Amino acid sequence: MAAFIQLFVSGLATGAIYALVAVGFMLLWQTSQTINFAQGEFVMIPAFFVLWAIKILGVGFWPAVGIAVIASLLILGLLFKRAIVDPMLKHGVLPLVISTIALSIFLKEAVKDFYSSQAQPFQAMIPSEDLNLFGAVISSQSIFILLIASGAVLGLNKLLNGTRLGRAMQATAQNPSVARILGIPVERMIMYTFLINALLVALASLMISPIYLAKFTNGDTLGLAAFIAAIVGGFNQVRGAIVGGLILGVIENLAAAYISAQYRGAIPLILLIVVILWRPQGLMGRAEERTV
Amino acid sequence: MMDFLTSRAFKGRVFVLLMVGLIVLPFFLRPFGLLLVAMWMVHAVAALGLNLTLGYAGQISMAQGAFVGIGAYCTGLMTLAGVPYPIAFLCSGALCFAIGWILGYPALRVQHHYLAFVTLAFSTLVFLVMRNEEWLTNGIYGLTDIPRPILFGWNTGKAQDFYFFTLLMTSMLAFCVWWIIRSPWGRAFIALRENPVRALSLGVDTRRYTLMAFAMGSSIGGFAGALYAPLVQFFEPNSFSLTLSLKLLLMVIVGGSGTFFGPFIGAATEVLLPEWLRIAQGYYLIIYAMLVMVLMMFCPTGIIGLGERIISHLRQKKISSERSAQAQAMGQDKVAQTKSDTQGGAGQ
Repeated sequence: MAAFIQLFVSGLATGAIYALVAVGFMLLWQTSQTINFAQGEFVMIPAFFVLWAIKILGVGFWPAVGIAVIASLLILGLLFKRAIVDPMLKHGVLPLVISTIALSIFLKEAVKDFYSSQAQPFQAMIPSEDLNLFGAVISSQSIFILLIASGAVLGLNKLLNGTRLGRAMQATAQNPSVARILGIPVERMIMYTFLINALLVALASLMISPIYLAKFTNGDTLGLAAFIAAIVGGFNQVRGAIVGGLILGVIENLAAAYISAQYRGAIPLILLIVVILWRPQGLMGRAEERTV
Repeated sequence: MMDFLTSRAFKGRVFVLLMVGLIVLPFFLRPFGLLLVAMWMVHAVAALGLNLTLGYAGQISMAQGAFVGIGAYCTGLMTLAGVPYPIAFLCSGALCFAIGWILGYPALRVQHHYLAFVTLAFSTLVFLVMRNEEWLTNGIYGLTDIPRPILFGWNTGKAQDFYFFTLLMTSMLAFCVWWIIRSPWGRAFIALRENPVRALSLGVDTRRYTLMAFAMGSSIGGFAGALYAPLVQFFEPNSFSLTLSLKLLLMVIVGGSGTFFGPFIGAATEVLLPEWLRIAQGYYLIIYAMLVMVLMMFCPTGIIGLGERIISHLRQKKISSERSAQAQAMGQDKVAQTKSDTQGGAGQ
């Protein structure tokens, strides 16, 4: 039982990170039909912003974190939207997919060639200690991640549902033309979602890099996990992506321990295929109408 | 001149020149160069298959690399067990046809990005099976010493012989694809891509054609794998990871999806170009990724589309210059006519 609790909590912690990434992924899809195949690399990059800042500017860890967050907002939010998404929107979904695949190659290779191909140790935001809870040993990291992720999700929820700005963003996602008629600055709302995504991936990056170490290939698994979480939970609901992320993290951890460590990666994929075939709108999602 | 560039005669001539070039090439290249060109052909075949599924039938698939892998393992295992190559070759295609048919079923239920993720998940699953099922695939150590075929007394063991063998098989497979595209099948695929609901109401059995599009595209991927196995003679699961599927997808789109020659050009940018751009070395992928992003921005129809656009632009320029020349000539004619008229009038 103690082992189960341990696995469950650490699974929840990983799942919370997946959830953050999946929420960002889904926001981009909803407001601008961007399927960001570079989302995994977006999580990989901010950790390297921190390392770059420490190495080149010679600043301490926390100033470097600040610089990395600003760099993420500017590069992964603003620049990504202006330079890649905006010019491509008129061409439809597929060229943009190809473009983000190319972007993911670009980011990976850039880190490999200009920083290092080796895994880099990364400082955790709080010191790591083991806490004893009902006989189960739980890392303080896991608790910290869960707290921060819940805070981020609650904050986002408050923003989206509790403020005028948030409701304007939701209106933009649901029906851009009507939103525009109602006087909502649609373009600015879309830009906000890109900035929120940049913030979420930066947060995820800071929390996951101490566990996985910062490496240029980290994005592969993270990106896949975000897609799966978003689809399993439901592509059109924020809470869907959160539930999807948590389920995925827990299932992955339990499957590795109780079913097969070799097929650890396969269980989420099977889950994905089953959900898509059985309930394409996701566990929490609404069905979308088919258009002619 | 511009009409000539898009005319059939011109395309025919380019094709003949290319074939002659590919036939005389081995007499000038070292074995490594031959391997590279053969590699290009194998990738082009795999991309041709994906082009059938994606470019013509409009069904996005991120699993083509997995089918190349299945084909390669099938041929590799069978020929290592002593089965004659032609049988192994056909089995690879048939196996991928069957698996591709099954993979088509999700496409009946979901479209676009969902389909992309199902096929992506499938691709990763196949990779895991290749890596983990050691009794069958020898796990991470892969298959080694795959024999090259001896056909009708022709031993293709040497690099040059195998090159010609690859060229022969590629030409045959490319001809098959060309034939499918021009047949009623091809037209049904295009109808499916353009408007599935309309195709259905016009009596196209969209269900059958969707499954067929997947099965055919996948089996061509399987054939590519069957060529790949004896070409490299050694491979391991990593050769067929998701990266290969994404690369093949990029090849089709970069070359020009829905065009016959697109996959060949796309495969050349992935396989041949890095070797010629050796100066760029490790930075090739960065440059390539940037070029793809720029290409998608300005010309989502790929390199073929870009070429067509340039040609039509030049042609329009020529037409307008011709027209202005004509107008000038007509103007002069008119002047001449009125002159002659007045002269005639004066004469009367």
